[in-house]
Amino acid sequence: MSASLPVSAARPAPGGPLRALSDLLYRHRGLALAALLVPPLLWFGVIYLGSLFTLLAHSFFALDEFSGLVDRSTFTLQNFRDLLQPANLDVMLRTVLMAVAVTVACTAIGFPIAYYMARHARGSQKALLYIAVMLPLWSSYLVRLYAWKLLLAKEGAISWVFAEMHLTWLLDALLATPVIGGNSLSFSRLGTFLVFVYMWLPFMILPIQAAIERIPGSLLEASSDLGASGRTTFWKVIFPLAMPGIAAGSIFTFSLTLGDYIIPQVIGDSTLFIGQVVYRQQGVAGNIPFAAAFSLVPIVVIGVYLWFAKRLGAFDAL
Amino acid sequence: MTVAVVLDGVSCVFGSGAQTVRAVDRVDLTIEGGEFFTLLGPSGSGKTTCLRMIGGFTLPTSGSIRIGGEDVTHRPPYARPVNTVFQDYALFPHMSIRDNVAYGLMVQKVPKAERHRRADEMLALVRLPGVGDRRPMQLSGGQRQRVALARALINRPQVLLLDEPLGALDLKLREQMQTELKALQRQLGITFLFITHDQHEALSMSDRIGVFNQGRLEQVATPAALYNRPATRFVAEFVGAANVLDGELARQLSGLASVMLRPERIELVGDGAGHVSATVMDSQYFGAFHRLRVDLAGTALAVDLNPQQHPSLPEPGARVGLRWAADAIHPLAAEDAA
Repeated sequence: MSASLPVSAARPAPGGPLRALSDLLYRHRGLALAALLVPPLLWFGVIYLGSLFTLLAHSFFALDEFSGLVDRSTFTLQNFRDLLQPANLDVMLRTVLMAVAVTVACTAIGFPIAYYMARHARGSQKALLYIAVMLPLWSSYLVRLYAWKLLLAKEGAISWVFAEMHLTWLLDALLATPVIGGNSLSFSRLGTFLVFVYMWLPFMILPIQAAIERIPGSLLEASSDLGASGRTTFWKVIFPLAMPGIAAGSIFTFSLTLGDYIIPQVIGDSTLFIGQVVYRQQGVAGNIPFAAAFSLVPIVVIGVYLWFAKRLGAFDAL
Repeated sequence: MTVAVVLDGVSCVFGSGAQTVRAVDRVDLTIEGGEFFTLLGPSGSGKTTCLRMIGGFTLPTSGSIRIGGEDVTHRPPYARPVNTVFQDYALFPHMSIRDNVAYGLMVQKVPKAERHRRADEMLALVRLPGVGDRRPMQLSGGQRQRVALARALINRPQVLLLDEPLGALDLKLREQMQTELKALQRQLGITFLFITHDQHEALSMSDRIGVFNQGRLEQVATPAALYNRPATRFVAEFVGAANVLDGELARQLSGLASVMLRPERIELVGDGAGHVSATVMDSQYFGAFHRLRVDLAGTALAVDLNPQQHPSLPEPGARVGLRWAADAIHPLAAEDAA
């Protein structure tokens, strides 16, 4: 064997400036890392965190009653005191309860679908399920919202289905229920709830599906092998290991519900949710400081929620 | 001796139509109580499917399975008196080691204090005391292996199924675990059904070995019988090194159609002094022996030589004589059409 391999010509010539730069970056790994990381970190720091801190700062300013201008010269806690007025507490409670209900419903509906996608669907069936789950996200949120308005209307498809099934009495009983009821589904809080669940369901299914897919099949076999019935395996193995996925999904459904101001405006009993209050305060009322204070509420609620989830061990399997 | 496991005409077919795979093909097998039985075969030979059918993870297409005299053919895994040590150990990552080991007791609703005590006992038995509070991620591969063993043994199964449990360990650790597993099996008296593709492992640990090939059980025998008297050409070549001779050469040497000659049974003598003469091709050094490859009338033969008796080897191209004892020639069954 005397044939030798040709030396690659693709390398920079020894001693060239590119060679020197390449050597420099190789010797100082931190330099290369910094060069790669600084632009995205700047973007993230300025656009995301910067604006969030501006928001926080604004919540300490006051609105001058006469001029309607924001007074940036003094700091006040008045906005936060205003948050505690009964009407505002009412809005927060209503929004948080709605977010909880939507999250629970999305988990209950999403889990079986996610489980099937992760553990049973194969090949083209799996691809079809992915598309089915994501398809609604491909069309405009507003279009789907107004479509739901028609579906839920008094003369809409859902009332018609109830009538055809001779179940109009059931729908009427539901609509007569205080708090969740109303004139028709599109003017009831039940309607708001249904549309929220519809809108955010994909955001719950996908993280749960990813979490379940990461559970090795041998763990379920081991559980069964050690004498556990399907139910025990579910509660002792599958559910705890799917928990990070449920937590991730619930952060989506929870925070999306907390912040949304369009769905409850189009469909519902015209009571206010946090997002609507923020929208009105910064728009019509021009009270940016109070809007800023109010928009910190969802952030605090999510923070408390995550803290609870961690206490309950939702992230133990991470 | 009682009978632990009986497979009666068990087949397992995957897929349908043109893609049908007969993973296990009409296997009959009886495993005695207290036996260390090994299923040996290359990957894809059906040995793992066979174990999975005994464990209940895969249902046979036909045939029946009895464990301890009871028909369990269609029972789910949790209703069978067997436990499994999985190839990837399958430890629950969200539980402590103690809870992992105690899982089988937790399922049976044994009180917490009792099951923790017994889990710690099992951990001591597999020589892994004091790790109960850790998580599986914090243990090394060898330690996880022992935890998986402790977890599978805590329910006192009639049969312990081990699916290539040592495959992921490095050589030294594997040899140590082989010794320990064997000792543990003697101590507990539980039937072990061990799966491996490693013939050394199979030979050194087992009371009996069943060799799988293409879904069929080729031979069931003790390690010595398997090595010295393989029933088929496949067994001869899979278990240990073998020179298989067929056709004209075999007939000249022994009058048989197909014979096997182990490399270590061949003696090297001067050219013309042996039964046959051959030309040296090359040699490899294995520490305990040299393996010389020689050309015998167009067929390559391996000859293992003791380095003490043969400090210098013949050069490639040299003519040498080969000799062997009469009983070194072992007849093989004629190959079937497959």
